[in-house]
Amino acid sequence: MTPYLETVDVTKHYDGVHALDRVSVAAHLGQVTTIVGVNGAGKTSLLKILAGLDTPSAGRILIQGHESSQDELRSHCTMVFQRSVMFGSNVYNNVAYGLNTGGIPRQDVSSRVKSALALVNLDGFEKRHARKLSSGEQQRVAIARALALERDVLLVDEATANLDPANAMIIERAIKDSARSRAVVLSTHNLSQARRLSDRLVHLYKGRVVEEGDSSRFFASPSDERTKLFINGELQF
Amino acid sequence: MDLITEGVIRAIGLILSGDPEVLTITALSLFVSVVGTLLACLWSIPMSAALALRSFHGKRIVKGLFNALIGVPTVALGLYLYLLLSRAGPLGHFQLLYTPYAIMIGQAALVTPIVVSFATGALESVDPDLRMLARTLGASEFQTYGVIIKEAFWGVVLAVIAAFNRAFAELGIAMMLGGNIRNLTRVLTTAIALETARGEIALSIALSFILLGIVMSLSIAINLARKSTR
Repeated sequence: MTPYLETVDVTKHYDGVHALDRVSVAAHLGQVTTIVGVNGAGKTSLLKILAGLDTPSAGRILIQGHESSQDELRSHCTMVFQRSVMFGSNVYNNVAYGLNTGGIPRQDVSSRVKSALALVNLDGFEKRHARKLSSGEQQRVAIARALALERDVLLVDEATANLDPANAMIIERAIKDSARSRAVVLSTHNLSQARRLSDRLVHLYKGRVVEEGDSSRFFASPSDERTKLFINGELQF
Repeated sequence: MDLITEGVIRAIGLILSGDPEVLTITALSLFVSVVGTLLACLWSIPMSAALALRSFHGKRIVKGLFNALIGVPTVALGLYLYLLLSRAGPLGHFQLLYTPYAIMIGQAALVTPIVVSFATGALESVDPDLRMLARTLGASEFQTYGVIIKEAFWGVVLAVIAAFNRAFAELGIAMMLGGNIRNLTRVLTTAIALETARGEIALSIALSFILLGIVMSLSIAINLARKSTR
């Protein structure tokens, strides 16, 4: 089956440093593909390229088998960042921003904002100032904002890092639910979270894919020595 | 001391009675400075947006230059503009010298570095991740500029107000380019200088109250408005 989103030998240099080195990964509709790796492994660089926010130094990105431009990527993907970034407005306007920008009719915007907020247990938060919410609530708004767009690909970069378990659980549930109708690419260094959410895993180490496979096989019988060490919490930077 | 007390009492009387001379000078001052500031905003705000949001070679030098120009002596600027606008100067053909337009041009030139530097600072202080966020939510490059400008709105407004206050309270350029002609180019600052020299302390004090009152109330109003929208 053709993956919905695919990178082929994607390489990225920053000032001579290889952030990504011939990375090939695939994400399918209805699945959560998780990129795991230690800090600095290249997870965020990869997600930014997939989101159309950055260009690869080499390699191709395919959507449904067709090579895609940055604009096409941005029209198919949306991304939630590790640090929640809020517009200086209320929750409603934050969640509605992408819908308004996309020219969605006002009545549809309202219902989609409401539904998206319900997915992250933020019903009734519409009029609250987004920047005055707790970091966990802000991250839930960020998830709702991304889900409201109903794009085919959701990219989530360490969205639950530094959050308390209650907020993390709500976000994880929203991610899992959303994966029914879209391809989710999640990056995390939290292995228990990766185990709970993932259908497929990719281990990035120093910008290279060193292991990939189904969740059960990835954890049960990794073939790469560095992945074994990573799973056991023994991998050095 | 009596002179000051008497001056203050007469000044209050002049203001409360709506003295025509005081009103004319105040109205002209406001008009000239508002137009001068808006004129500067026409090119300064796009320049600020370019400096804050675009990358190009020499950007730091340009920003440093505008920062340095904030402290330019007004008499020096006034002199150069005088030479430009005087009959023998390159722009003498337009016969702008000793008209309110000359003061407007001078004030616009004077406050351009203020608007550019302060507005650039305000735009640069916006969280850079907001641009990325807007892009992931489907905004075009142009729409992301809108997001940044909206976020920096009050910072830009403060830059404009600071520029207006500078223009409004400026003396050298108004004197050199306007000539302090009664009912034509006499503004608050030039009138205060003239009336003080003539010993008309009450009128000077009245005009200075108006000058200070407008500058301070504008700053307070903007700060209150900014707080109420947060």
